[in-house]
Amino acid sequence: MNAMPFDSLTAMCAAVAQRSVSASELCGAALARIASRDSQLHAFVDVWADSATRRAAEIDVRLARGESPGPLAGVPICVKDNICTRVGHTTCASRMLADYRSPYDAHVIDMLESAGANVIGKTNLDEFAMGSSSENSALGPTQNPWNTQCVSGGSSSGSAAAVAARLTLAALGSDTGGSIRQPAALCGVTGIKPTYGRVSRYGLVAFGSSLDQIGVFAVSAADAALVLRSISGHDPRDSTSADRPTSDLVIENGTSIKGLRVGVPAAFFGDGLNAEVARAVIAACDALCKMGAVRVDVSLPHSQYCLPTYYIISSAEASSNLARFDGVHYGRRTPAPRDYIDVYAASRAEGFGDEVKRRIMLGTYVLSSGYYDAFYDKASRVRTLIADDYAAAFKACDVILGPTSPMPAFRLGEKSHDPLSMYLADVYTLGANLAGVPAISVPCGFTADGLPIGMQLTGNHFCESVLLRAAAAYQRETDWHTRKPP
Amino acid sequence: MRMVTEAEVRHIAHLARLRLEDAQAAQLSTQLSTILDYFQQLQSVDTSAVPATTHPLPRTNALRDDLPSHSLPQDAVLRNAPMQEAGCFTLPKVLDGGGA
Repeated sequence: MNAMPFDSLTAMCAAVAQRSVSASELCGAALARIASRDSQLHAFVDVWADSATRRAAEIDVRLARGESPGPLAGVPICVKDNICTRVGHTTCASRMLADYRSPYDAHVIDMLESAGANVIGKTNLDEFAMGSSSENSALGPTQNPWNTQCVSGGSSSGSAAAVAARLTLAALGSDTGGSIRQPAALCGVTGIKPTYGRVSRYGLVAFGSSLDQIGVFAVSAADAALVLRSISGHDPRDSTSADRPTSDLVIENGTSIKGLRVGVPAAFFGDGLNAEVARAVIAACDALCKMGAVRVDVSLPHSQYCLPTYYIISSAEASSNLARFDGVHYGRRTPAPRDYIDVYAASRAEGFGDEVKRRIMLGTYVLSSGYYDAFYDKASRVRTLIADDYAAAFKACDVILGPTSPMPAFRLGEKSHDPLSMYLADVYTLGANLAGVPAISVPCGFTADGLPIGMQLTGNHFCESVLLRAAAAYQRETDWHTRKPP
Repeated sequence: MRMVTEAEVRHIAHLARLRLEDAQAAQLSTQLSTILDYFQQLQSVDTSAVPATTHPLPRTNALRDDLPSHSLPQDAVLRNAPMQEAGCFTLPKVLDGGGA
């Protein structure tokens, strides 16, 4: 089997800079790795062999001329298929967009290209990023590289599985309620959801506009920082984009976490948490304390309300955002409408899968006359209380530590019949989206069955550097993140 | 009693412009009722003095200078259209009992 020739992006980038490996060699290695592994995993929905090979050759020409194509020169990378690209299709894993080709590139694609990276394909997801297992993909689920009977999490399933199986060493995903962190945990890779507004969403197909954020999967926090820095920054094309410096998104070797205050909320260790996951996360907390961090107790008293609050708000926003798929301008159109309403209604019935329909119905219901106050307005107020909890906790601590997911990877089909039990898979990740704060999932152990476990570190607004430094310090002392699936 | 009846499901589906088969309407009535019943726990939180959050960061209008700039060319915009004619998006004729 073709092995990925490098274990880290840092090493890969250094080798490119020293001209000891070419962009074309890296591209060839990634394509060969995909060819040998992905027919089983189904991490990719589209592999850009031709355009990536051409792009690699162009990068090599620039390197040969002595130019520096950027900090990620020649690095193969993949992106979730809800990020618009002019190359190939942008399907959102939906029948609705099966033939859709974006006329423009997302801002993050522009940023990756100007950093010299080589986007080699698009990755699988739950349809329109709605789900926690990729079983809602119209193109079929991604399998977990650690156990192909198990889900790889979701919704950014393909990006997580691609990095876990070292098809590429970095990938982009999007996170509305945990869609980067939960699959990162279930696949044993590092995944960061930045602060709301840190990365431009221009060209990200909208799901929940007050929650969505693009982020990074990588083998380590140091590698994730390298990619995050390349895609962050202000973009006038996204009115929610924050004008903040990105210079602090670097990890210096040997950065100490002495005195870092690690907040541990009891609410993250209650009923419903798998015992093996709990043990591994507590052990990770102890490891951080041995390295000089200080454990403090914090409380997130409204965290039990995150799940209903999130699903009301995200479904309401989704029902509004997905109104654009009307069979008129682009996307699927029904071949035989009964009347003009049916152009919309039948096109949408044919184009959307069951979970997307369920969320649209839920969202329309909670926004509809008679139910708006009891559901949408209520959830928007509880959201304030949840955000206030985080603000209060960050007066007492620098990071909040807990599990990323209440359970390791579950079996394909195990939860797909029961929407509510699937929603519970996101119970620890939703709060960060509701509060708009950054959070990272870091590999911290394995179950007896050999499935990865992730811990989640959450930081205050725009404190990604604190999370990345803490995660990098942990990864200097542990080797969970370096373990590769069979 | 179910929170969401099948008649309500049909009303919501019409608002959302989703055609539903009978079996789907029955299934959604059960599923939405279960989910919304779980969501009722929010009613126990006192929010009478709490303002709503619609945006996670304190940000008001993002304004830019009103300057002309480039937009996508017409053919790029129309490339994904199910039907087009003379530079416009077109719809099938559905009045007068006409089909596609």
